[in-house]
Amino acid sequence: MPLLEVNNLDVCFGLRSGAVKALRDVSFTLERGERLGVVGESGAGKSVLGFSIINLLSRPGHISSGSVHFEGKDLASLAPGELRSIRGNRISMIFQDPMMTLNPVLTIGVQMIECLLAHRRMSKADAKRVALKKLQQVQIPSPEKRLDQYPHELSGGMRQRIVIAIGLLLDPDLIIADEPTTALDVTIQAEIMDLMLNLCEQNNVALILITHDLGVVSQVTQRMLVMYAGRIIEQGPTKEVINDAQHPYTQGLMNALPQMAIPGQKLNQIKGSMPPLQDIPKGCSFNPRCEYVMDICHQALPPFTRSGNCQVACHMMAESAQDKLQLKEV
Amino acid sequence: MMSESTPNMQQHPTALQRFKESHFWHSFKADRVAQLSFIIFVTYAVLAMSASFIAPFDPYDASQIDIMNSEIPPSWQDEGEASFPLGTDAQGRDMLSTILYGTRVSLMIGLCAVALQALLGIVIGLTAGYLGGRVDSFLMRIADIQLSFSTLMVAIIVLAVFQATFGTELYQQLAMLMLILVIGIAEWPQYARTIRASVLAEKKKEYVDAARVMGFGRLRIMFRHILPNTLSPILVISTVQIANAIISEASLSFLGLGMPVSQPSLGSLISSGFEYIFSGAWWITVIPGVVLVVLVLVMNLLGDWMRDVLNPKLYKG
Repeated sequence: MPLLEVNNLDVCFGLRSGAVKALRDVSFTLERGERLGVVGESGAGKSVLGFSIINLLSRPGHISSGSVHFEGKDLASLAPGELRSIRGNRISMIFQDPMMTLNPVLTIGVQMIECLLAHRRMSKADAKRVALKKLQQVQIPSPEKRLDQYPHELSGGMRQRIVIAIGLLLDPDLIIADEPTTALDVTIQAEIMDLMLNLCEQNNVALILITHDLGVVSQVTQRMLVMYAGRIIEQGPTKEVINDAQHPYTQGLMNALPQMAIPGQKLNQIKGSMPPLQDIPKGCSFNPRCEYVMDICHQALPPFTRSGNCQVACHMMAESAQDKLQLKEV
Repeated sequence: MMSESTPNMQQHPTALQRFKESHFWHSFKADRVAQLSFIIFVTYAVLAMSASFIAPFDPYDASQIDIMNSEIPPSWQDEGEASFPLGTDAQGRDMLSTILYGTRVSLMIGLCAVALQALLGIVIGLTAGYLGGRVDSFLMRIADIQLSFSTLMVAIIVLAVFQATFGTELYQQLAMLMLILVIGIAEWPQYARTIRASVLAEKKKEYVDAARVMGFGRLRIMFRHILPNTLSPILVISTVQIANAIISEASLSFLGLGMPVSQPSLGSLISSGFEYIFSGAWWITVIPGVVLVVLVLVMNLLGDWMRDVLNPKLYKG
């Protein structure tokens, strides 16, 4: 049984102007200890996906259909009490801005010990010992001192380490990291990513890494999803997707990377911007921006087609796959 | 816990050292008005709390009162007597002692009523702000309705009805409690509104999301995570509200609905002297009046200063 199985997940935001679908028909699985990257532009639904996994969408968002099975339990229909015992305990989440995720008026120690005591029966002294151990694991210098400090006394990198330590506090099976390094500078980013990779490998923790940094995804994750306008458009092993992107959108993302450009030439960019979720075009939602757009792209949703170990939702791929099939038959 | 934290104390700042390095303390040291106000307030509090030890007479004890001593002017006037430094009132009570006891009563009522207001306001404001939606609308409409009755009007009706139904004797025994209840209940929307506004701002911050992700329950998030972040506005309105509560109590006592004459507060002292002011016995009204005005002024100045210091928009950190 996979650790996490998301099936046909639809997330709706009921607005005054009508319901807006932020996620459409999202399905994927995650094995124990596997690291999955989720990439896409701002507004593609990456963060909504993270929140809907632990069923913590704030109003007016809600899961309108589909299921999220964590170890066989459907989180979308679990009682609030049971959900709380899974949140933080089995699944933890790390946010983008470490300045904001720590409570400014409580010391680090108080926040860490509180997390432990909320989920485990243990004495305060034991909780303090566990907290110290986790702070050591994230390589924080003089951890005893940090326990009595307030978040504002620490640097950004240090705070993100503490956030990670809090995420690991209860030895979860899954960590959802929502752009964990976006707010940090580049050298610290690399350190933090390294640290997360090591900790996940050591503790056999599954990771869902939500980011728009393709470099980070290629270093850290084993598989990746590419999202566009609330849908998964391509998924597969990270190396294959990065080296041989099939969907025109993924190709566009890769070509837009400065590393891919020839010196002296303009960077390639995908023309236009993502459609607002209220009026996503009929058929393939990428059709207004696609270089290879065909008639069928305006009419029907592209089905997932296998390409190597990847799955791609593009009519072009579907057609060439059919051609191949016909060739075989002939 | 203690044994573990002791060695740490040497390594990094204790709470006292932290306080000494804080913005709060620095701006206090730089502000003469705040220092003076604070000193006066502390003096008031100390004098009031130790009234039963330092007052030369016990104004509650009828055996120490001699009607023959009535309306003696303060000792610096010609007809004054040295044993009554601030003179006596119409019943022959020593004004100094009565004012000390009265200040105690006024402060007690002010503090307790504000504590009650804060309790109600914090619980209702937090609930409304955090839960939002219909609960929020419902609670805030109740607050609006409550606010549309002025404090004095509510107090006058409630206290008058109570006196009429249960008799003056019972009322005199319960006067203090009744005043605390009435002033406390009449003014909670001030707190509830302020706190709701801060909660609305706080609950959008990521640390609240993080707390929800950690699987904490609503109550824990509300009281342990959000409430401490809304403490500065609570502190600021508390000082102003204490001043307001003291004034409300004084007004009610002046109207004869407050503390009985046998256990006078500052307000009932002012009221009891009012009849004699034209017969020349000005001190019965004026001295407690000055004491009251200074107390309220000091509270308001402290509140003003605190609002400047605790306003995060005025400094970063």
